[in-house]
Amino acid sequence: MSGDFVNLLADLKEDEVLKQVKQRLAAKEDPLKILEDSRKGMEIVGKRFAGGEYFLPELVFSGELLRQVTEIVKPHLTQSSAKVKKLGKVVIGTVAGDIHDIGLNIVDFMLDVNGFEVTNLGVDVPVEKFVKAMKDTKAPVLGLSGFLTPAFDAMKETVEALDKAGLRKNIKIMIGGGQMDDEVRKYAKADAFGKDAMAAVTLTKKWIGVG
Amino acid sequence: MEKTWAELTPAEKREERFKQWLSPPGVSFPTKQAEKAYKERVTRFTKAFKLQEPDRVPVVLPSIGNYAAFYAGTDLRTVMYDYDAMTKAWLKFLKDFDQDMDTFVPPAMVPPGRALEAVDYRLYKWPGHGIANNVMSYQAVESEWMKADEYDALIRDPSDFWLRTYMPRVFGAFKAFTTLSPLTTFEEIAIQSFVAFGMPEVQAGFKALLAAGSESLKWIAAVGVVAQAQQAAGFPGIMAGMAKAPFDTLGDTLRGTQGVMMDMFQRPEKLHEAMARIAPLQIASALSSVGPGGAPIVMMPLHKGADSFMSVKQYETFYWPTFKKVVMAIVNEGITPVLFAEGSYNKRLDIIGDFPKGTVAWFFDQTDIFKAKEKIGDRCCIMGNVPTSTVLTGTPKEVKDYCRKLIEGCGKGGGYILSGGANVDNGAPENMRAFMAAAKEYGVYK
Repeated sequence: MSGDFVNLLADLKEDEVLKQVKQRLAAKEDPLKILEDSRKGMEIVGKRFAGGEYFLPELVFSGELLRQVTEIVKPHLTQSSAKVKKLGKVVIGTVAGDIHDIGLNIVDFMLDVNGFEVTNLGVDVPVEKFVKAMKDTKAPVLGLSGFLTPAFDAMKETVEALDKAGLRKNIKIMIGGGQMDDEVRKYAKADAFGKDAMAAVTLTKKWIGVG
Repeated sequence: MEKTWAELTPAEKREERFKQWLSPPGVSFPTKQAEKAYKERVTRFTKAFKLQEPDRVPVVLPSIGNYAAFYAGTDLRTVMYDYDAMTKAWLKFLKDFDQDMDTFVPPAMVPPGRALEAVDYRLYKWPGHGIANNVMSYQAVESEWMKADEYDALIRDPSDFWLRTYMPRVFGAFKAFTTLSPLTTFEEIAIQSFVAFGMPEVQAGFKALLAAGSESLKWIAAVGVVAQAQQAAGFPGIMAGMAKAPFDTLGDTLRGTQGVMMDMFQRPEKLHEAMARIAPLQIASALSSVGPGGAPIVMMPLHKGADSFMSVKQYETFYWPTFKKVVMAIVNEGITPVLFAEGSYNKRLDIIGDFPKGTVAWFFDQTDIFKAKEKIGDRCCIMGNVPTSTVLTGTPKEVKDYCRKLIEGCGKGGGYILSGGANVDNGAPENMRAFMAAAKEYGVYK
């Protein structure tokens, strides 16, 4: 039954998924097991996205399904959910002066379903906030997102600030989004440019030494 | 006997509009030289749109957004609030670049900051208002401005939905417009419908609207000064107005990206119905934007149908049908739509050429433009796509080399306009000038 559930979620069958959640809870099944199955379902969604079978609408909708499932399950949780072991930490955010987050959130989603602990700083993130987050989390990887051309300079300034704070040598920085490309990567002195969310996962895996 | 406008075929209408663009009624140029230059430039564009070989490849600089502000040593924030500074900056660019461009866009895309403030506009952030003073762009705030259960209200009466539901959300000053009666209740002795207009909050909303109107008049006068100088210098415009794909109206303006994508699964019929309802509104607004003698061109910035936003099947199902309907209605009135494909459209190339020959221009951002030329270049004019990164971080030689590559690959046989991939709002002027240098050196048809 749980294999079914995983696939139903991966196939985005809203009605069936919600019906099964309620049935499983009524049958006194461990709610943590349902959440674990949901995570597996989302992993498949991530794989299908990476494989070009799913696109942004499917990601968005799967996120909505997960939200609904979690909402139903939550009141039944007696203990806080057992922490899944994460592969490593990544900080991401859209640089100062840019408020776009569609790409940022796709990267967040893909890193998350691939097992990384993601700190998403959101949009229009000031340089100091990136510096502080890298200090606080000690994450080895930073992802800078930007949509518009003003992001070129904001990325450059962010990398410079990390250098000045003495953090640069310990972290790998990837950039991506809208008008970014490898020219901008050179200009900003980042380590890599990723053309999509799958590239962010590949780079992070390489840098953290998994996969 | 001469045919009336309604009796002309789309091709005849297009010819007639191009003719009026070439010799705008009621316009006299200050010098013969300016008139000659104007006509040469219009002819250059017209031929490219018609897939013919002009004298040389025409150029649209990537500076048609807010670049003039940067070039003149000021910034977007300043010119949004100081119309004199705005006029000066654009006039300076017009004068300094008169050898380096074929078209020019007056600051009609620089919104008047005080008008936006007067109505407490929330759909956008602009420098000093939600983002830092020195940022050179204004940016839309993604949100679910229309709720999922409001499709029926939108479909029933879009204008009413706009006035009483959408506008109160995106304009803080119009909060109380939710209490108005639908304007269609003004019928017979419509006493009840007056009542809400007496409420102080509603009146405050209208006062704010009037203030935004007065401010915009000052602004449009300043834009007009630039437009006149542009005409006098012999530079045609490149767009009369804008239109959107109905999917983008839902996805950008109303439901937001998240919202519209959930609707593709949860309420696809409503989404289709709403897009069908929006299409004629987009068409009407596009057609009314083209005046006699102005550029018979409508720009359509396309957002959420790009490769990374949806699958080919989703594009064909949700994006393309109503988009094509809008485009064809514009084409059938003899107007040329410039379809600006933001992001990349590499997976759409088998679909997007399906228009009558020589009626639309595809303006590419990051699409493989050589592939596009090969696939749709026999039907559609192609524009693009020097990367913004090269324009901003490269040398003039790198920009020129890139332009050369584009001209040699896409210019063959005509039907190509050299342009950036997207607008830039700063960057070295020499990189801007490299466009025309390349067009003159490599883009002359013999």
